[in-house]
Amino acid sequence: MATPEPARKKTPLVGPGYTPVGAADEISDLVLKRPLTWEWLLGAGLAFLLLGVLAIAVSVLFYRGVGIWGINIPVAWGFAIGNFVWWIGIGHAGTLISAFLLLMRQKWRTSINRSAEAMTLFAVLCAALFPLLHLGRPWFFYWLIPYPNTMWLWPQFRSPLVWDFFAVGTYLTVSALFWYVGLLPDLATLRDRAQHPFPRLAFGVLALGWRGSARHWQRHQTAYLLLAGLATPLVISVHSIVSLDFTSAIVPGWHSTIFPPYFVAGAVFSGFAMVLTLLIPLRAAYGLKGLITARHVDLLAKMMLATGLMVDYSYVMEVFTAWYGGNPYDWSLMVDRMAGAYAPLFWAVMVCNVAVIQLLWSARVRANPAWLFAIALVANLGMWMERVMIVITSLHHDFLPSSWAMYYPTVWDWATLFGTVGLFFFLFFVFIRLLPVISISEVQKLVIEEGSR
Amino acid sequence: MASFETPEAVLEAARRTREAGYRCLDAFTPYPVEGLAEAIGSAQSRLPLWVLIGGLCGGLGGFGLQYFSMVHNYPYDVGGRPANSWPAFVPITFELTILAAALVAVFGMLAANGLPRPHHPVFDAPGFERATLDRFFLCVEARDPRFEKDATRRFLESLNPKDVADVAC
Repeated sequence: MATPEPARKKTPLVGPGYTPVGAADEISDLVLKRPLTWEWLLGAGLAFLLLGVLAIAVSVLFYRGVGIWGINIPVAWGFAIGNFVWWIGIGHAGTLISAFLLLMRQKWRTSINRSAEAMTLFAVLCAALFPLLHLGRPWFFYWLIPYPNTMWLWPQFRSPLVWDFFAVGTYLTVSALFWYVGLLPDLATLRDRAQHPFPRLAFGVLALGWRGSARHWQRHQTAYLLLAGLATPLVISVHSIVSLDFTSAIVPGWHSTIFPPYFVAGAVFSGFAMVLTLLIPLRAAYGLKGLITARHVDLLAKMMLATGLMVDYSYVMEVFTAWYGGNPYDWSLMVDRMAGAYAPLFWAVMVCNVAVIQLLWSARVRANPAWLFAIALVANLGMWMERVMIVITSLHHDFLPSSWAMYYPTVWDWATLFGTVGLFFFLFFVFIRLLPVISISEVQKLVIEEGSR
Repeated sequence: MASFETPEAVLEAARRTREAGYRCLDAFTPYPVEGLAEAIGSAQSRLPLWVLIGGLCGGLGGFGLQYFSMVHNYPYDVGGRPANSWPAFVPITFELTILAAALVAVFGMLAANGLPRPHHPVFDAPGFERATLDRFFLCVEARDPRFEKDATRRFLESLNPKDVADVAC
């Protein structure tokens, strides 16, 4: 029984009445002509205050050591690692949107890829802070880098923490390159449109003399596609390696083969939630509804639902294998998670990541920005709680009852967490002020293609 | 140098210019126009091959680094595991493969394009600041064997451009 596709699916990806020049004007004017508004100042100012909190927290950490956090034996990994996994996961949707959807020739990525990539970069920066701060002697972080040194020692390449260094370092580098390659033509557009000499010079330097030659475009497109092809397996490998930090330990609740795909799904899920958290206010505040259309938001919500269901499947499998595997330690840990001291955390995760996202099945919920924004916030919170739950509950309840103990976060744990939230949003506020939030050249192409259909 | 208002016009003009025997052409557009690079006679880029080579070098180098340091230079005995425990070397080998390939892709693209080059004669063409917005330019370079100032100008004018300008090199 074939039913016709609902008309909603055919809604164009750009609003009515757009011309290539109009779209370019709208996006570049956001950078070049928009005056400073009090809303931006307020948002950036609040984020800056939180950034100050981070500076204080890190200074105290450098002075007094990781003892200021609630970690101890047996819970030697606390918020720092949970936050690390959470932040790096948030970055994943950005790369996935821009790289994977580019390879799949999905046109709906066009209006959102730039801001999603920026989100990735900033989230990975926040994430990278935590393993460094967690080292105990953070100023020796460069010992993770293999370089011929006077001590004649190499890093232990079999250690997951060294893998992390390579995974996160590569991810940060490739994300930055991908972002910049995509920005290059737009920087040239801004250079040519800027009225004042200073932005003209700044964009001119950044644009490296881009002049839109057909030969340049040909190589640019090749390089961009290749980068996308490289970034797609990379993004999966990064979170798989992060999950190997856990899996290669024999601690019950960590030593599990489902971790790599489970972590990747959770990462993409929280990443889509963060994209929605950022884009819904952005398109409302700057009147971008013609470019970031209701259909974009709808598709993002569907992606969030799909990846959320993968996460839910992983939850079920985690419990099932713990029971079916017959390992008493694994099962004891699962029971402790569901009914022990951290049970409220477990059930809160279930509410956020399993129950609430089922609302996304409804097209009416997906069409309502306020609801979507709320659900996205809940999903972000839920994923953060899940990462912290994985880190803490396994350690606090391992093999020997005599070594069981609780973990209580201190004020510095919270200060570092909220501080990185401040860092993230501050960078994002600066980004929307200084660079085009939507890819100008790609939107122009899209407008032509949509118009000729 | 001739300027046009639509991508179709510049594509058609590029085809006709090439048919007329001109070989040293370039076109400037605000976004990639499909088929334009072929129309001005640009060969398929060899970038993918270089990226493959870069990736292989990165992978072999990454594995070699770990093999050298963990087997020859400073072997650790951890619970009697073999020195060349290659499964543990896979993550870093993979990451360095991707890293090297990506670096080659970006810097290779820039190098092949001759960027950064802050100034170029075409920037002096009237209205060229619109090449990144809504104007499409087709340029016949003076080093073209068929280039002859007035004839070429008349030829470009016959293509129905918006206007034609000389650009000093």
